[in-house]
Amino acid sequence: MLDLLAKPLTWANFGIMLAFAVLFLLLILGYVTYAIYFERKVIGWMQFRYGPNRTGPLGLLQTVADVLKLLIKEDTIPKKADRELFILAPAITFVPAFAALATFPFAKNWQFADLNVGLLYYAALSSISTIGIVLGGWASNNKYSLLGGMRSAAQMISYEIPLVMSMVGVILMTGSLNLRKIVEAQGNWFWEWNFLPQIIGFFVFIVAAISELNRTPFDLPEAESELVAGYHVEYSGFRFAFFMLAEYVYTFAIAALTTVLFLGGWHAPFPFLDFIPGILWFLIKMSFCVFFMFWLRATLPRVRVDQLMGLGWKLLLPLALANIFITAIVKELLR
Amino acid sequence: MIRTEELLLNVGPQHPSTHGVLRIIVKLDGEIITEAIPVIGYLHRGTEKLAEDLTYTQIIPYTDRMDYVSAMTNNYVICHAVETLMQLEVPERAQYLRLIVMELQRIASHLVWWGTYLLDIGALSPFLFAFKDREIIINLFNELCGARLTYNYMRVGGVKWDAPEGWIQKVRDFVTHMREQLKTYDNLVSGNEIFLARIKGIGKYTAEEAINYGLSGANLRCTGVKWDLRKDMPYGIYDRFEFDVPVGQNGDCYDRYIIRLEEIRQSLRILEQAVEQFPEGEIMGKVPRVIRPPEGEVYVRIESPRGEIGCHIVSKGKDKPYRLKFRRPSFVNLQILPKLLVGQPMANMITILGGVDIVLGEVDC
Repeated sequence: MLDLLAKPLTWANFGIMLAFAVLFLLLILGYVTYAIYFERKVIGWMQFRYGPNRTGPLGLLQTVADVLKLLIKEDTIPKKADRELFILAPAITFVPAFAALATFPFAKNWQFADLNVGLLYYAALSSISTIGIVLGGWASNNKYSLLGGMRSAAQMISYEIPLVMSMVGVILMTGSLNLRKIVEAQGNWFWEWNFLPQIIGFFVFIVAAISELNRTPFDLPEAESELVAGYHVEYSGFRFAFFMLAEYVYTFAIAALTTVLFLGGWHAPFPFLDFIPGILWFLIKMSFCVFFMFWLRATLPRVRVDQLMGLGWKLLLPLALANIFITAIVKELLR
Repeated sequence: MIRTEELLLNVGPQHPSTHGVLRIIVKLDGEIITEAIPVIGYLHRGTEKLAEDLTYTQIIPYTDRMDYVSAMTNNYVICHAVETLMQLEVPERAQYLRLIVMELQRIASHLVWWGTYLLDIGALSPFLFAFKDREIIINLFNELCGARLTYNYMRVGGVKWDAPEGWIQKVRDFVTHMREQLKTYDNLVSGNEIFLARIKGIGKYTAEEAINYGLSGANLRCTGVKWDLRKDMPYGIYDRFEFDVPVGQNGDCYDRYIIRLEEIRQSLRILEQAVEQFPEGEIMGKVPRVIRPPEGEVYVRIESPRGEIGCHIVSKGKDKPYRLKFRRPSFVNLQILPKLLVGQPMANMITILGGVDIVLGEVDC
């Protein structure tokens, strides 16, 4: 794949790239389908339930059925909504979600764009999605969704900064923003991965990332018990599906990013396990991260919006800054 | 300058956290509530007026529908009122059966509260945990009287059904099981930092305020007032049992939470003693076929899971009450809500409302 990216852009190469892109898109959609299934199963097991088990063998077609149902639903737009923005908002949310995936190195040679500013690209694109949520909340002309949208904006500002700051430690250790180089810089033994030397950064990153995803315990923009459904209260049918799709693609993205930045990407935990292909290691680590998010959803209650701000500004940001400081000093001393 | 406006938000009657059909009109300044007006009456059925055209036995199923989470205590309050008016003697076995089902009901009711309260705060799993354990109680009731929610179990002078074979043993097993489960509950939830941050110091009021508003149950005891009718004005056979009345100090949602969990433990203690002493004998006293209380008035009150439920009967010596009035704890407890909500963020509204523990069937009656 990497060789392909280096080649000149002819029609043939473009065709191959396009084919790969479509394949990747389908894979992601497949992931989303079964991530939802997996989430429902995991939470079900944690709550003495079976989870979906009726549609298809073992309930495997449940999500497919759900999506189909959403697609054939009537597309309603509230009369007093801001029509253009209402239609635009789901697109603004889900397009960056897919675009942000392009830079992830899934294995040594599996990468769709070898950007030197890969990390920055991800951080920049993923924050666009929030604009979609705010817009959706605003354009619905519903008080609950307005509150949800505004919460989302406040949450993004409080958490985007610690998130990016927590990545800086990793960047300092690697000396590059290129995601592939970040993985390569992490060693072959699992204690050489970034999560141990960057333990503070890792902690800040996980908390900020879950908040970025709007997932429990930071699902304030949706906050079912307070705001009914928050920003997407007026959305139905496939527009609603787009929001959900974006949310689950982001679980993929954050899990992949955690793997790349802190868990050694495609590296095996021990060098003698190298005979197992790197892509498998990547998927195993990523699945664990995804499972972790689902696990939290079944476990934790929701924080209050002002507590969330306090956590972001008063705890995570200073921690992330301290982490940068310590990393820089240690790096300088070791040189 | 940015022009700002107050946001008038209509919460309910269809809202996931209003526990039924309560409507609260809130004025919001950003996320801060500046005014809150609860609107009740969506579930009003006129039970008290309907009762004037019903014989005393016919009223009992109507009380099931008031506080449908705790139907047994409602059954008891009407039967107890009529029995007091007629000075009827209730057989021992019936007394014990009544006490056992009422304490089981208290546990079931607190479990529903526990699950839904955490659901309000955003934790999904405790709800399922609580309902799994409540299901055991519901099944016990089902075995006893054939209903799972609206039991219509008690009669004036006793109870309708005797305990089937092995039922008492099942109650005994449940007590052991529930003790273990409560430890799990504490492990899972009570120490959770996020949860504690959400409920500690929220919805505070003083003992004086609580008394002035007429609050009862855990809502009163959380302020440190040790007032439990089972202890202070014993009815039935409650004076024979040993149990503590848990009280709080701060009068916040956290104290209410701890008190309710502790009340489950105390109910288990009562149950344990009751099943040991469970006597043989009749389940119905000597009651005339048509119940005609003598002319007069009576007011009785008992401790329901939600607080003090009272029943006032004015009898003219007929087989139907001349007037009937229920003092419903949910209705009274709800009255402090507007005061508590002012100045709180939207998220605390749910915490405070959930902490009051209302059942809309009882609020609207």
